[in-house]
Amino acid sequence: MIQTEQVANPIEAGGQARPVNLLLYLVLGAAFGVVLTKSEAISWFRIQEMFRFQSFRMYGMIGSAIATAAISIALIKKLSLKSAFGEGIDLPRKSLGSGARYAIGGTIFGIGWALTGACPGPLFALIGTGVSVMAAAVLSALAGTLLYGVLRPKLPH
Amino acid sequence: MARWWTEEWPWYIAGPLIGLFVPALLLAGNKSFGISSNLRHLCAVIVPGKLEYLRYDWKKTGLWNLTFLLGVLLGALIAAHFGDQHEIAITAGTKAALGHLGIHDFSGVAPHEIFNWHALLTVRGFVSVVVGGFLVGFGTAYAGGCTSGHAISGLANFELPSLIAVFGFFAGGLAATYLILPHLLVLP
Repeated sequence: MIQTEQVANPIEAGGQARPVNLLLYLVLGAAFGVVLTKSEAISWFRIQEMFRFQSFRMYGMIGSAIATAAISIALIKKLSLKSAFGEGIDLPRKSLGSGARYAIGGTIFGIGWALTGACPGPLFALIGTGVSVMAAAVLSALAGTLLYGVLRPKLPH
Repeated sequence: MARWWTEEWPWYIAGPLIGLFVPALLLAGNKSFGISSNLRHLCAVIVPGKLEYLRYDWKKTGLWNLTFLLGVLLGALIAAHFGDQHEIAITAGTKAALGHLGIHDFSGVAPHEIFNWHALLTVRGFVSVVVGGFLVGFGTAYAGGCTSGHAISGLANFELPSLIAVFGFFAGGLAATYLILPHLLVLP
């Protein structure tokens, strides 16, 4: 799993899959898994509450997450911060195209989000919390991703 | 154990913490926060080279994210194992509405009646898990992101494509909630 070839410049290898970096991502991922679970954002019930507009909770959570991320990004840009391994930080912007992929793909995902009560992160988190049947949802999601790969040349983007 | 560890976290704590994963990943290694690309990476691992969409070096571009994802699963396992198992405290209105649709077990993080292996053989179990999962995979791949990549990373970076995607997420979610679930959940 770990890259074996030697990289001449360790700074260039900063973002690559070196064991120490992978451990960092594992720890960050675990922290995210804890937050998703303790916030109950992985709960089908909370997602239903959100889509039924019967609680501010999920909106407050997503809204404050966006605000925190936006302020952080603005600070990173303003201070021209670099990553821990010295790379410049850039956020590649998505190309709009016709916008169709975002509208249609987004709507299809939204239907799946309400049916499963989970977006991709929570799908995996739920397996961790013991809702093992979500492994079937993950396999099905992989099949869906694969079908997109097959149909991609024919779909409007 | 401490209260903060056994009880659910309020949104004003959990939300900002979720948002902080965007700068954390940027500062850790110039990585963009987004979970659904992992579905593509996993497909690239399983069926390499067959499709143009999957013909890339997943170890180079995706190993960090797959590791992050493994962490998500482990973190959830730890939180669930050491945390307190309690009913999700949804509002009375939601509970009543779901009760009308035939949901009676509110003890888990998701309704046990639908989300268990045996229920996969029922219409509502199959549609919720298998069809729902398929749409999550197809939809996020087509849209190029999910709640993390579009709703959080994308909107925080003021990207129009992400705004369109998030409108789509809610259009689809509302359609499923009001047009599909009322007919689906009442089925045996």
